[in-house]
Amino acid sequence: MKKPILKQSRWSPYTVGALLAILSWITFAFMGKALGTSTTMVRAAGAAERLVAPDHVENTSYHTKYLGTAESPKPVLEWQFSLVLMLPLGAFVASKFSSESFRESVPSLWVSRFGSNKAKRYTFAFIGGLIIIIGARLAGGCTSGHGLSGGMQLSTSGWIFLAAMFAGGVPTAFFMYPRSLDKQKGASS
Amino acid sequence: MNSWFADPQLILTGAITGFVFGFLLQKGGVTRFNVIVNQFRLIDFTVMKVMLTAIMLGGLGIYTMKSFGMDFAMHIKSTDILANALGGTIFGIGMVVLGYCPGTGVAAIGDGSRHAIFGVLGMILGAGVYAEIYPWIQIHILSVGQLGKVTIPSQIGISPMLFLIILLIVATVPIALSKQKAIT
Repeated sequence: MKKPILKQSRWSPYTVGALLAILSWITFAFMGKALGTSTTMVRAAGAAERLVAPDHVENTSYHTKYLGTAESPKPVLEWQFSLVLMLPLGAFVASKFSSESFRESVPSLWVSRFGSNKAKRYTFAFIGGLIIIIGARLAGGCTSGHGLSGGMQLSTSGWIFLAAMFAGGVPTAFFMYPRSLDKQKGASS
Repeated sequence: MNSWFADPQLILTGAITGFVFGFLLQKGGVTRFNVIVNQFRLIDFTVMKVMLTAIMLGGLGIYTMKSFGMDFAMHIKSTDILANALGGTIFGIGMVVLGYCPGTGVAAIGDGSRHAIFGVLGMILGAGVYAEIYPWIQIHILSVGQLGKVTIPSQIGISPMLFLIILLIVATVPIALSKQKAIT
């Protein structure tokens, strides 16, 4: 017998895609917003820097663009920041509905190529995060802002971004995780 | 003067959106490192299926609402060819090294991923670094190939609806073919 929908650990990618589309219709039509996440990282960085070096932030044009100036500040915790803060809770509740107790420090695919050292994985996750945001800010958005929201508005920038994301990601993935890994795994298990 | 909090209504609607967004990302399986990386290894096409479905249905809905005269703002980002292409490429490299994108990485923390926490910390540092190099980027990279807030259908001179229908056909054919292959 099929489990009730909320208890299923995976939904069809087409169902999830369709529900994300509906979520976007609502944010566009009723909130005047488009899904996005990476600008929040800039607000977070700027707000953190402002606590220790307010003058520096005041003189950094990329920060005042989002946080405003001392005379006319813009809020840190706005729509998108609030969205980003709630992402983990949404994912947590979704995983609890299907009674998953998934814990991952080092992913299995990473282990098969680079071993199970946690510090090594954490370091590369940190470096990956650093690279990804520099890319996102340079491009002007990430997978949600450019990819989903830009893609569905058929914006040229969004589609250039999506093509470039695969152009950068696919060779990196083949270099980091060659196809031969799967054969080795099959042989050793 | 309020330099920290926006209007509570904005915070609330953002929070609800984020909750639903995170919920759907987890159910779609895209809060998992292996799913994301295996997309780029061209082994698991979950990411592409989720994204293209969202893009096509999202676009059909948005442009249909517009054509019925509903009044809401569009959020088309500027096309700066070099910055979009170079940024996207760097983004793709970072996405494979981290194993998440910014949204799925933050959501993955709630799904039990510990290493994603370090990824998000890296993102915040990266944003700070970018703010420092922004003046140079603005002069040397953002200025190359600026087209403004354009869309593909507006550039080639067809209606967005026609473009979406073409896209729907182009995207559905491989899915239909792969399904057929799976059955036989």
